[in-house]
Amino acid sequence: MNKKRQFFPRQVVEAGGNRWDWALLPIVLAVFVLMAYGSQQMARPYELGQTLPMTLDPMYLPYYLLRTTLRMFIAMGASVIFSCVFAALTTKYRVAEKVMVPMLDILQSIPILGFLSITVTAFIALFPGNLLGVECAAIFAIFTSQAWNMAFSAYQGFRSVPAELSEAAQVFQLSGWQRFWRLELPFAMPGLLWNMMMSMSGGWFFVVASEAIMVSNQTIKLPGMGSYIALAIEQSDLGAIGWAIFAMLIAVLLYDQLFFRPLLAWADKFRFEETGGDTAQSSWLLTWLRRTERTQQIVEWFGHQLERSIAVFRLSHDGTSIRARKDQPSLVPQRVWDAVIAAVVFYALWSLVHFIRTEVGWSEVGHVVVLGVYTMLRVVLLLALAAVVWVPVGIWIGMNPRWASRTQAVAQFLAAFPANLVFPVAVIIIVRYHLNPDIWLSPLMILGTQWYLLFNVIAGASTIPTELRHAAKNFGLTGWLKWRRYLLPAIFPSFVTGAITASGGSWNAAIVAEFVSWGPTTLKAHGIGSYIQEMTVAGDFPRIALGIGIMCIFVMGFNHFVWRRLYTMAESRLHF
Amino acid sequence: MSTPIVELKAVGKHFRAADGSARAVLQGVDFTLREGEIVALLGQSGSGKSTMLRIMAGLIQADEGQVLYRGMPLYGTARGIRMVFQSFALFPWLTVQKNVELGLEAQGMPAEERARRAEKVIDLIGLSGFEGALPRELSGGMRQRVGIARALVMEPEVLLMDEAFSALDVLTGERLREEILELWQSGQIPTKAILVVSHNIEEAVMMADRVLIFASDPGRVRAELPISLAQPRKAESAEVRHLIDKVYELMTASSGRRGSGGGLISEREVKLQLGDRLPQADIAHMEGILETLAEEPFNGRADLPKIAEETELTDAELLEVLNALLLLGFAYLTNGDILLTELGGRYVKADNAERQEMFGKQLLEHVPLIAYICHGLEQDKSGDLPEDLFLKLLRFTLSEEEAERALRMAIEWGRYGDLFEYNFNTGVIQRSEEDEEAED
Repeated sequence: MNKKRQFFPRQVVEAGGNRWDWALLPIVLAVFVLMAYGSQQMARPYELGQTLPMTLDPMYLPYYLLRTTLRMFIAMGASVIFSCVFAALTTKYRVAEKVMVPMLDILQSIPILGFLSITVTAFIALFPGNLLGVECAAIFAIFTSQAWNMAFSAYQGFRSVPAELSEAAQVFQLSGWQRFWRLELPFAMPGLLWNMMMSMSGGWFFVVASEAIMVSNQTIKLPGMGSYIALAIEQSDLGAIGWAIFAMLIAVLLYDQLFFRPLLAWADKFRFEETGGDTAQSSWLLTWLRRTERTQQIVEWFGHQLERSIAVFRLSHDGTSIRARKDQPSLVPQRVWDAVIAAVVFYALWSLVHFIRTEVGWSEVGHVVVLGVYTMLRVVLLLALAAVVWVPVGIWIGMNPRWASRTQAVAQFLAAFPANLVFPVAVIIIVRYHLNPDIWLSPLMILGTQWYLLFNVIAGASTIPTELRHAAKNFGLTGWLKWRRYLLPAIFPSFVTGAITASGGSWNAAIVAEFVSWGPTTLKAHGIGSYIQEMTVAGDFPRIALGIGIMCIFVMGFNHFVWRRLYTMAESRLHF
Repeated sequence: MSTPIVELKAVGKHFRAADGSARAVLQGVDFTLREGEIVALLGQSGSGKSTMLRIMAGLIQADEGQVLYRGMPLYGTARGIRMVFQSFALFPWLTVQKNVELGLEAQGMPAEERARRAEKVIDLIGLSGFEGALPRELSGGMRQRVGIARALVMEPEVLLMDEAFSALDVLTGERLREEILELWQSGQIPTKAILVVSHNIEEAVMMADRVLIFASDPGRVRAELPISLAQPRKAESAEVRHLIDKVYELMTASSGRRGSGGGLISEREVKLQLGDRLPQADIAHMEGILETLAEEPFNGRADLPKIAEETELTDAELLEVLNALLLLGFAYLTNGDILLTELGGRYVKADNAERQEMFGKQLLEHVPLIAYICHGLEQDKSGDLPEDLFLKLLRFTLSEEEAERALRMAIEWGRYGDLFEYNFNTGVIQRSEEDEEAED
């Protein structure tokens, strides 16, 4: 049988692949063509002042969606690389850790919209006469909304590699490069992926804002979903908004099915805890991919390249070599470094005081702090409200296994959907019924983020040990006692996890939600978000900086004094 | 004498206590691992045997003395020295095959060569058929086989085993131990020496040509016992039983810090200082042993290995419990036998409330830390003190971890003895008030 084969030309014999390959071929080809087309469009010649053609014709929506998706994925790729480099550097070098980690902590709480107006000029100068500069600015804005929490999770993952695994890596003499690929990255992978998903949702939310860029008093609208929505709002075209919502639903569904499900299912092997509580994710696409021959070979080729690099970057010396000797860490450079950091911080503080005195004045600072308190009240009240609604619902769903997994997927999906698409609808309603924007704009802040609460509570409720349920039933716990002694403590840790995410998201959403326009009408609620947005429209840099700075302080204070404590409490005594 | 492979010369290791001074974990350890021998390290927890193993593996550096491997100073992990870990330390995302190949891959060996060598060891260790499995699909025993195969495939001269069988159930552990011994005796593996850290006395006696017994505070070699019995040894044989008895005796002799080795230790001689570590003994275990001791067939006097067998505690647990019983004056030791004191006898007969009262009284008398806490609470007007106060005090003499452990133990005992209460949420120790009902 095999002998006969050699009489045929090689292409025929080896043009193998199985039916799975053939079925996959159209998808692969389509993806390549679309990517090529999209990226070609991104690098078109462009002069400042030129208006890019935009239309509200729904026929163009797939094209706009493609451009936006490309931006999202480029930003995501950059975020992944950034996270890995960040984690590798900070865990390896104490000096880097001391500066980079607090810096990231601050960056994380800065609302991303602030970045946009500052960076766009620089990027345009980088690629003169080409659209790429503006594209880069938009991608950078998306990057800033995605990268920080991913970097943090990677850092935490790298740091919490179990001691025994780390020792094993040493005993088997893994070099830094080998350690990264074989130990640290796989270990950090589940957390990183989870944060990637969060980031993607955040990215969708801010893509709307980042594609319509204000530069030197004119708005550049990059072709994409964000610009389409911005244009629809400008022209008060409700039909177009409807189309945009529809297209976005499709997009979120596609990226969930084609990108994240397969990724999650694949990453299941990186789960560390030996007795994983979560059920394994499954993905039809991954199963399909794994059944192909040809496509598998391509993937394996990448695997081989990685293995080759692992063989190349190996440790060249043994433990008896003088090179393995660890020098006693000298304290002097460390102290010098600490002194440098302290000096920089003092200088920054001094220039901050100087800036406030000369540019904005202390009364303005007081005003902004009061606005911050308003926004904080909103966030807290809405979270409480959402908790009252979603905690019982989540517990009920979580206890019914038939519903749990399905509803969880739906909630996850809703969390990924950019809620700002429905803002115009809210504006129309508020204007129609003459409602008070200070109150009725607030729900918009939590519109997209409440789902985190819901799906975390569902997850928490579905992992309550069966024995505990039986015990509660056996002792006849009912009414308030049942909630106080059994259900609420049982879901508390997952509730806190969800609430942290929801609160972070709500702060960010405040910028968009407190200042909403629809055609000529603009509604604004008193708060720090609308202050920042207003100043952005006015192009007042010192006040944008002030607003962002104070919001940053609020968010960090909130994280430190409220969430971190609740989290430690949940960690130390309310878990199974 | 055959050639030395790894030599430790006056090795010491310290940690920094709260006041900045160095406290010794390991002090003046001289040890030579020679070709053709299996050596077992035994000792109570905190005796630094694990630290010594890690120094030999090149994982941590000694602060004093010299570590030589084949006559050359050892600065890091070496090619000829590989280790098997207590909780396996397998990479959960790599298949069995990939896990076994890990060290070979790190050396940059080509894939075919790697696979060939891995397959050989996988067959040898009884893992064939599982090459493609992920560690999470395997039982504990199979996982440790992967851990052993991963070390053996590197053809190490020295194999270090860090309580390699203690995470397995007794049957699986024994089976695996026998297989390793068979491989070793038949010369199927190129390993020239094995060092085993263990807390299981029988395991040490069954495997080793030499047993080193460590003493704690600071960790040092207390005694060395050569075992010249031929392999395979039978656990039931009189020689083995005798040796086990002897090891028990050697180890408990070291438990009374001022006891003269092997002689009679009366309860008065076991005295603690305020900043000493406390025996990590569960109260239920302590009472269990006292009760077993009082009953038939022991009637107040028992051979240590017998009582170990009867109570099914691990040797490490048993030794800690014995320490606690000696400390509190409920029992005493003579020539490797444990005897109930008069107080211990009364304790067994008492009801729960009386027991707690007696326990509390003994605590106040014999555990300086607890007496100190109670004294502090009496002096304080509000009657409650933060635990940090005592932690800080303990850190002067103990490492962070040990200080925490000692205080936890003191709190557990003190609560049982009805001497004080403790609030987990606030970390405050409170004077116990008899008539106050607990909140809801």
